[in-house]
Amino acid sequence: MVLSKTWQNFFRETGEMSRFTWRFFAHGFKPRYEFAEFFRQCFLIGYKSLPLIGLTGFILGLVLTLQLRPSLIDYGVESQLPAMVGIAIVREIGPVITALIFAGKIGSSIGAELGSMKVTEQIDAMEVSGTNPFKYLVVTRVLAATLMLPVLVILSDGISLYGSYLGVNIRGITSFNLFFKQVFDALSFSDLSPAFIKTFFFGFAVGMIGCYKGYNSQKGTEGVGRSANSAVVVSSLLIFIIDLVVVQVTDILGLN
Amino acid sequence: MQAEQETIPFIQRVTAQQPVISIHHLYKSFGTNAVLIDLNFLLNKGENVAVLGKSGSGKSVMIKCIIGLLRPDSGEINVLGKEVTTLNQEELDRIRVRVGFLFQSNALYDSMTVRENLEFPLRRHWIQITPAESNEKVMDALTNVGLAHTVDMMPAELSGGMRKRIALARTLILNPDIMLYDEPTTGLDPITGREISQLMAELGEKYNTSSVIISHDMNCIRTTADRVVMLIDGRCYTEGKYEELKKSNDPNVKQFFE
Repeated sequence: MVLSKTWQNFFRETGEMSRFTWRFFAHGFKPRYEFAEFFRQCFLIGYKSLPLIGLTGFILGLVLTLQLRPSLIDYGVESQLPAMVGIAIVREIGPVITALIFAGKIGSSIGAELGSMKVTEQIDAMEVSGTNPFKYLVVTRVLAATLMLPVLVILSDGISLYGSYLGVNIRGITSFNLFFKQVFDALSFSDLSPAFIKTFFFGFAVGMIGCYKGYNSQKGTEGVGRSANSAVVVSSLLIFIIDLVVVQVTDILGLN
Repeated sequence: MQAEQETIPFIQRVTAQQPVISIHHLYKSFGTNAVLIDLNFLLNKGENVAVLGKSGSGKSVMIKCIIGLLRPDSGEINVLGKEVTTLNQEELDRIRVRVGFLFQSNALYDSMTVRENLEFPLRRHWIQITPAESNEKVMDALTNVGLAHTVDMMPAELSGGMRKRIALARTLILNPDIMLYDEPTTGLDPITGREISQLMAELGEKYNTSSVIISHDMNCIRTTADRVVMLIDGRCYTEGKYEELKKSNDPNVKQFFE
C-alpha cells in the first residue's frame, strides 16, 4: 500500500515531533540546569501574558453572563446564573479559551523567536560556544509554559467570575458575597481538579509545539513566518484534542 | 583565568609546527549529493590557512565538520589532539571552547545587548567570574575591535561591519587556540571588508591563534592567509602560498585571481 504524500508528511512530522518530545524528557532533567533562563522565561511567558489573559477573561465572564441571563429568565431560574457561569468557566471555557489565547501569544512568539535564531545561525553559535541550545532554549521555554499556563488559568477564572458578577449587577442586584457563595457552592472537587490538571498538558503542548516548529525552521525568513503560524495552528488543535481526551478520561473515572 | 584554561588535562598542549587540525580521508554527503570526497587537510599551530573554492565546493561543510556541527560519513578529524568524530557531547563542548567560530551571518543574539552577547560565553564557561572581571574582559575585547562605545547597544542598532567586529570580539573573548572564519567579509562593502581583514590579521597575531579562513575575497585571503588551499568538488585540488597560486597557469586556479 502506497501512502499519499500528505499522509507521509503527516507521519514523518508526527514521528519527528515525538522524537523531539522524547529528547525533552531524556535530556531536560539532567544537569546543567538553566535556572536563570527558566525564571526569565517564566516572567516573559507568565507575567507578560497577564494583561491580555486578564482582559479576555473579564470580557468572557461578562458576555457569558449577559447572554445566559435572558434564557434563564425564560425558564424562571435566574437565581442559578452564578452557579451556571461558575461551572462553565471553571470546568471548560476558562481553561480552553485561556489556553487558546496563550497559544496565539506564546506559541507564535516562541516559534518566531527560535525560528529566527535558527535561520540566522544563532542556535549554531550557541552550540559551538559549548552551550547545549536544546536545554537553554527548549527545556526552559517548555517548562515555563507548562507551569505558567495553570497559574494564568486560575487568575483568568477569577477575573472572569468577577466580570460575571458585574454582568449580573448590570440588570439586577446581587451582593459580591452572595454571588461568590453561589458559585463555590455549585463547584465540587471533581469540577476543579480535572480542569486544573489539563492546563498543564495545554501549556506543555503550546511550549513543545512552539519550540519544535521554531527549532526546525527552514527556508530563511519565509520559514520563520511559517513556523510561527503553524505553531499556533497545531497547538490550538492539540488543545482541543487534549480537552477531548480529558473529558473521556474524567468520564471513565466518574468525575463528570 | 588563563591559568584555569591551561590546567584542563583533557586537551594536550600543542607545540609549534604540530598540527592543531588534521583531517584525513573525510567523506560527507547529503542524501545522494557527495559534498566532501576523500578530503585531507592540515593546519599547523600559528598558521593561517585560507580555503578557497566555488560555492558548493564543501568549504563550509568542512569547517562545520571540524567544530562538530555536522557528523562526517567517514574519515578522521583531529582537533588539538582529539578525534572529534568519537567525542561525547561533554568532550566536544570542551574542545569547542578552544575553537572560535565566526559565522557568515555573525549570529549575534538579537535579544541581548552587545555586553550580554560578549558575557554569554564568559558566564557559561567561567562560572566563578566576578562581575568586575567579566566587565573588564568585555571592555578589553570591545576595545580591541574599536567598539567600546557600543557596549550597551542592541545588535539591530549596529551596521554590518560593526556587527562583524562584535561577533569577532565575542569569538575571541575566550582566548581560543583556533579560529574558524566562515566567509568573514561576505556582504560587506570593499572598504569595511579590508578593515575586517586587517583586524583579523592583527587579532590573530595578538591572540596567537591558528585559523582557517573560508573566503572568496582575494583581498581578505592576501591579507590574512599564510597558505591557500583550493577545494574543487569536495576534494583538495591544490595548495600553496597566495603569490604562488596567483602565478599559476592552471585555469581552475587562474579564474579566482582574475
